[in-house]
Amino acid sequence: MNFWTDPIKLAFDGLMGLFSSWGMAADAAAVVINLLGIVGLISAVMVLDILLVWVERKVVARFQDRLGPNRVGPWGILQPFPDIIKLILKEDITPAGADKVAFNLAPILSLGSVLFLWAVVPLAATIYGVDLNVGLLYLVAAGAVGTLSIIMAGWSSNNKYALVGAYRMVANMISYEIPMVVALLIPTMLAGTMSIKGISDFQLEHGLFFFLTPLGALLFLISAIAELGRSPFDLNEGESEIVAGFHIEYSGMKFGLFYAGELLHAFTFGAFVGVLFFGGYAFPLPWGATNAFVAVFNVLFKGMVFYWVIMWVKYTVPRIRIDHMLAFNWKFLVPVSFTLLMVTAIFHSLLKDTGFWPYTLGMFLVNLIFGWLLLEMLRSRGRAEREQAEAPSTAAQAAHH
Amino acid sequence: MGAQILFFLCAALILISAIMVVTVRNLIHAALWLIATLFGAALLYASLDASFIAVVQVVVYIGAIAIMFIFAVMLTRRELLIKTDQTNANWPLALGLSAVMLVALGYVIGGFGVTLNTTPAAIPAGVDPLTLLGKALLAPEAYVLPFEVASVLLLAAMVGAVYVAMNKK
Repeated sequence: MNFWTDPIKLAFDGLMGLFSSWGMAADAAAVVINLLGIVGLISAVMVLDILLVWVERKVVARFQDRLGPNRVGPWGILQPFPDIIKLILKEDITPAGADKVAFNLAPILSLGSVLFLWAVVPLAATIYGVDLNVGLLYLVAAGAVGTLSIIMAGWSSNNKYALVGAYRMVANMISYEIPMVVALLIPTMLAGTMSIKGISDFQLEHGLFFFLTPLGALLFLISAIAELGRSPFDLNEGESEIVAGFHIEYSGMKFGLFYAGELLHAFTFGAFVGVLFFGGYAFPLPWGATNAFVAVFNVLFKGMVFYWVIMWVKYTVPRIRIDHMLAFNWKFLVPVSFTLLMVTAIFHSLLKDTGFWPYTLGMFLVNLIFGWLLLEMLRSRGRAEREQAEAPSTAAQAAHH
Repeated sequence: MGAQILFFLCAALILISAIMVVTVRNLIHAALWLIATLFGAALLYASLDASFIAVVQVVVYIGAIAIMFIFAVMLTRRELLIKTDQTNANWPLALGLSAVMLVALGYVIGGFGVTLNTTPAAIPAGVDPLTLLGKALLAPEAYVLPFEVASVLLLAAMVGAVYVAMNKK
């Protein structure tokens, strides 16, 4: 155990020695050090969140052929700080008729539901909050708290636009939870564990899950985007109909908490895509397996890459109507996810003892064929619907002639 | 000792919020207090190393059932405040039955020989309770039949719900 492989253990032992020399009992010192660790991790994540405000605005600007923030600091990188000052200085308004406790609790729960997630992200072989044996279910449970915060915000604002926005968002989140859980079952099945660290370590020996289940990764990414309520699933907002959705009545730093939570949520799901399907902390730089600093870099780097993918989708795809969104989930994603789960289970049990290359190539091929069949089915279905839609008009034209 | 403190904190959270559920007059507040009760139960499970049950409690009860309660209340009731009496003529009988139940439970738990200083038996090293649970649910000599029967029951309920909601032509 040295500085490069396990800096946390080193810091723990150092602090333990320090506190013991002050005459603190070992139990109490361990509690204090763990609390310090929690505060440290949350602070680090929140500092990263400040940077994300700049990243988001700069990337959007590039997608929309603008310059983006470029006045404060080099490349506008200090822009979040004026933003924060503005948020803090704004008048904090609680609307008349609002339910005060629920109104003030909602933004805290919203950001909290994202921060909870960082407890189970394995940043390195030795740096992780806790190695839960139900890690993936914990991910879904934190999402449940997020859903709760949205319905609380929408209801307590005493504003019908906020309530309609919350209804839409909650319908969205509850629906897309199902394909997400099924998508999470695939890495669980392949690794034989629900522990996120276990899945991460498993990929170290057996290759990236992306090659075993590219469609599973895609399914997780789609349902994650829906869970985030980002475009094309951003029905919670709509300038022309319900304005800003469930957080319309929030001003100042309370709005800031929702905003920070949304950005951090997107980045966190990006990190989960990286950890669950792209080799955890030992990919793309293989030294991550032994060097804790490289490992943290790997996780954050992949988080940024997939955060970028989520932004790419957000600023490219227009939003869809709510009935289309629900139909897409219940009539397409849910059946597809269950079929994919069954297909993956069958071929996993058939191929897993055939050695590394036959197994990996076989699983990849199965996914390719599955995806191709799916596209063919969609194409023939689309053609049939188009013909049906065009048929009456051609009949009418024929009658006219 | 720490486990006992945690238990009493959880128990206080559960009991206080449970009382609030049945006494507050605003139905949405009652639902939010119910969520606090359920969360307290999840904490209790977690403190007993039953991590799977704890997380499932949050996913199912808070994430699905409590949200459904809130939706149902908001969509069906015009007035969220209950103005009628919260008890009916049977309350002395209910109180008596509850008291009998309390005494009976106290008697049973007293029979376990557990004191406040009892420490829980540690899970043996190398045993994953989650794996054991998963295998037990699908093992023919264990619980596969109740598990499948419950699944079929839920499926039947789902089909029934779809049929009731279906737009019959």
